[in-house]
Amino acid sequence: MNAFITIVHRDLLLVMRRKSEVLTALFFFVIVTSLFPLGIGADTALLRKIAPGVIWVAALLSTLLGLQRMFAADYADGTLEQLVLSPNSFTVSVFGKVLAHWLVCGLPLVLLSPVIGLQFDLDAQSLKVLMVTLLLGTPVLSLVGSIGAALTLGVRGGSVLMSLLILPLYIPVLIFGAGAVYASSVGLDITGHFSLLGALLILALAFIPWVSAIAVKIAIE
Amino acid sequence: MSNVNNPSTNRAMSWFKFSSPSTFYPLAGKMIPWFWALTIIFGVAGLWVSFFVAPVDAVQGQGYRIIFVHVPASWMSMFIYLVMAAWAGLGLIFNTRLSAMMAQALAPIGAWMAFLSLWTGAFWGKPMWGAWWVWDARLTSELILLFLYLGFIALQASIDNVRRADKAGAILALVGVVNVPIIYFSVKWWNTLHQGASVSLTKAPAMAQTMLWGMLLMALCFWMYSIAVGLMRVRAIILEREAHTDWVKQLNEVKR
Repeated sequence: MNAFITIVHRDLLLVMRRKSEVLTALFFFVIVTSLFPLGIGADTALLRKIAPGVIWVAALLSTLLGLQRMFAADYADGTLEQLVLSPNSFTVSVFGKVLAHWLVCGLPLVLLSPVIGLQFDLDAQSLKVLMVTLLLGTPVLSLVGSIGAALTLGVRGGSVLMSLLILPLYIPVLIFGAGAVYASSVGLDITGHFSLLGALLILALAFIPWVSAIAVKIAIE
Repeated sequence: MSNVNNPSTNRAMSWFKFSSPSTFYPLAGKMIPWFWALTIIFGVAGLWVSFFVAPVDAVQGQGYRIIFVHVPASWMSMFIYLVMAAWAGLGLIFNTRLSAMMAQALAPIGAWMAFLSLWTGAFWGKPMWGAWWVWDARLTSELILLFLYLGFIALQASIDNVRRADKAGAILALVGVVNVPIIYFSVKWWNTLHQGASVSLTKAPAMAQTMLWGMLLMALCFWMYSIAVGLMRVRAIILEREAHTDWVKQLNEVKR
């Protein structure tokens, strides 16, 4: 537990020392979502309809931007090797790094999303649903993404390759996340969407840190 | 007594013997012509049944006959992914070289089958649905399956260290296998949510017996084809990876 907190604290500290990388991903999120009304036109009815999908796809892409950073620097300077050799469980260390990534790349998206939603003329109810789906969904994005980040460590063209590996696996989260917002905007029941997102989150929490830890060890060997 | 081998251990030994590339290479060479012969036999029989014996569909006319290629290709694309992941998993657990080579050999065949399935599906969809592409659950998940294959191939191709490439690919294939049902059901529910295609394959009228036979024969043909091509590819991979060994250098086809 102590090691876990140390890892999270250390990764957050590193991010605070180099804020530009994180802020880039956040600005990317804001800019991409702002481009859609410019490309499609300012018809509010249409914007309201595409808002959930656009915001969710932008969230997937900006999560991808930050993923490369999750292990790359520690892989380059040998920190990962030391973590593997240390007596603490490496799975826990990996989980700490994923949590740090989510706090930096996922949580800000959740907090920013109502502002973006307002640009798309979403009502208060839809904004609330959007925030909750992002709160449930973005941790899954960080977790699943950690597998891709681990598999492509030190590989030529790693970041492009990672998006090819990871984006297909993001599809269920996208479907249920954007689907819930859409369903609530047309007055359908959304408990099913929330249950499924929750189930994905629990499954991902239970297994993915372990899989990512194996993947990192393969990269280090 | 002591020098009489137990027959069961003997048989087990002979099976494990073929998990070494040097013994599997000639065995695969011997099996390939047989699988090609089966491919041709099933293919000729299947095409004959599907073109001359199977009746014209009352609703869909002659155009329906593309399903004799389309359905086997879709089946094989899914089946090969499972087999590929199983080989990859075996390679990861037991650290056998040949299993990883098998997985690597199967990936392009599976990707090709998925592509063929989408391609023939588009040809079928245009006259039947009036559209090359609809966001039907099956079409969408087949497309995602193609992406998973491409991801596996790309990952293996971009890692230079062969052992690491095998293991990383194995992890990706296994994660993919867990995800395939999740993706399928999510796409299916998404589709019902959005009121997708009004025409569904599952609601098609009951198939005539001969049509089913044609489809099964073509499926066997595709299966045998996949094995034959898979063995040919695995032989090439063995030669490539074992090029430094003595037994490869002594092969007649290498010496020339």
